[in-house]
Amino acid sequence: MGLKRKTADLKKRMREAIKGGGSKAIEKQKAIGKKTARERILSILDAKSFHEYDLFVKHAGRDFDMDKKYLPGDGVVTGTGTMSGHPVCIYAQDFTVAGGSLGWAHAKKITKIMDHALKLKVPLIGINDSGGARIQEGVNALAGYGEIFYRNTQASGVIPQISVILGPCAGGAVYSPALTDFVFVVDGVSKMFITGPEVIKTVLGEEITMEELGGAKIHSEISGNAHFYAESEEECFYQVKQLISFIPWNNEKKAELFPKKPPKTRQFNIEDVIPTDPRQPYDVRHVIKSICDDSEFFEIQEYFAANIVIGFARISGQTVGFVANQPLVLAGVLDVDSSDKAARFIRYCDAFNIPIVTLVDLPGYLPGIDQEHAGVIRHGAKILYAYSEATVPKITVIMRKAYGGGYIAMCSHHLRADFVCAWPTAEIAVMGPEGAANIIFRNEIKDAENPDEIRKQKVKEYKNKFANPYVAAAYGFIDAVIEPKETRNFLVHALDVSSLKAEIGPKKKHGIPPF
Amino acid sequence: MEKIKELEQDVKKTCYKSLLIENIKYRTLLTKKYLDKKPYERNDLKKITALIPGVVEKIYVKKGKKVKEGDKLLILEAMKMRNDIVSPVNGTIKKINVKEGSRVTKKDIMIELI
Repeated sequence: MGLKRKTADLKKRMREAIKGGGSKAIEKQKAIGKKTARERILSILDAKSFHEYDLFVKHAGRDFDMDKKYLPGDGVVTGTGTMSGHPVCIYAQDFTVAGGSLGWAHAKKITKIMDHALKLKVPLIGINDSGGARIQEGVNALAGYGEIFYRNTQASGVIPQISVILGPCAGGAVYSPALTDFVFVVDGVSKMFITGPEVIKTVLGEEITMEELGGAKIHSEISGNAHFYAESEEECFYQVKQLISFIPWNNEKKAELFPKKPPKTRQFNIEDVIPTDPRQPYDVRHVIKSICDDSEFFEIQEYFAANIVIGFARISGQTVGFVANQPLVLAGVLDVDSSDKAARFIRYCDAFNIPIVTLVDLPGYLPGIDQEHAGVIRHGAKILYAYSEATVPKITVIMRKAYGGGYIAMCSHHLRADFVCAWPTAEIAVMGPEGAANIIFRNEIKDAENPDEIRKQKVKEYKNKFANPYVAAAYGFIDAVIEPKETRNFLVHALDVSSLKAEIGPKKKHGIPPF
Repeated sequence: MEKIKELEQDVKKTCYKSLLIENIKYRTLLTKKYLDKKPYERNDLKKITALIPGVVEKIYVKKGKKVKEGDKLLILEAMKMRNDIVSPVNGTIKKINVKEGSRVTKKDIMIELI
């Protein structure tokens, strides 16, 4: 056979393999608004950058007549490519081939590209669309999942790992996304759960649809398993690209430096955002937008625990992670969910050399039996742990109230913030004036002829004396009191002078965070 | 700036609620999860409820019988397991709401004690 014929043979084999599950299965996939695995990869990566691996891998099933079946690529497409010039490793499960089910060879293709990503030190993107374990392969399918979970854990904090859920992802399969850094979901397409609606109905007698149990909205708003919600696959891919632009390739690098841009101060004027009365709400995202480059804020987990805002933005072209109490929602309190959300983000930033800017305005912790019983103690402790442990530059701006435990938790100097500044509107105190006056002047109020009037007077006294930044400034617990409009300059300077920051803690294998 | 004011107007239309923390009333929005939370119910030890749905396989007690803490009351078959349901307190059987073979769902009160 000459080269021409050999090449023709190769082309034929490739054509066969690339067909996936065939035209019927592809039609079915498209009918429900889903792209095919290869289309998805091509939409995420730069044009012509995708190089596929293991196209000719054969599945490993030998029982139940599986040996007679041909499953092109064994239901998963893997390879390397670039995103805005950044190298990445990627895989996409192909639902058109045996429902994207995971067998031994399928898993081996995934673990091979994972090993590759870890060796090359580049981000790993996984697109999940699978019916689950391939039952015919029995324990080999389970072994495959286990191998993936192990690698997810090994790669955690070394390379960015991104999971895009574009179909069902149920049972054990959900644990791979759960172990990765960011999970993307699409409305009507993504479905994630451990036990499905049918099992729940049989065992518990409770009826629920797949969408209500584990649809995109549920995971974005209620469970917090997802970080990004999109209405369509296109929007989702755009979000993935944006995220990649903010984060470094691996834990030894810094995020790419972008050209400096001033904030759009006409639209977002910092002096107009905040009402001075600490009881009045406002949207803290406007403050972020009034500080960061081009007023571009890339929010993470927008709908989950919205009482705290997290996300990436740039200051002087450099990526920073923002953590901000949100007075607009639940008065910006810390609770089980918001502590969990913020703590994980802080650890992400710390692992990937991203400085953390904390904007503080919170009344404290959310009171409630449900909160106490849900473990607000251990969940709340996660924030303290994450901030204390983080060694990236930590900059804190206390905008208005910072009461009690909330003050300590929100990256105070005591947890080793590198820079803490406060606005003149800041109230740093052990608790809000009303509560404090009630306790300190309890007897005077009780014994007074007119308790309400005395209470009001005492609250006012306490407010004048303690509801300001100057008591904390007198102890050196804050470094400076600045005008709100100086905030960006303060941040730019703090980032500049801390670019060489290096901090080494006591030697240990690892800590025991309150997981 | 105008845009911010517009947005704020929008938000105001959806109406703020007040949230009391340490004697201070804050104006703010409440989340779905916060609004959906169930009020706390005190666990009444004298009401023997089904924790999971199942079938009552056997009942050991009759109305009026005195029972001690730890005495078997019934067997509930659920999750493919035969679960012994025992009395959490000393007491007397006031009422039995199920029969052998009864199907119960979660939170059904099966036996009441006094």
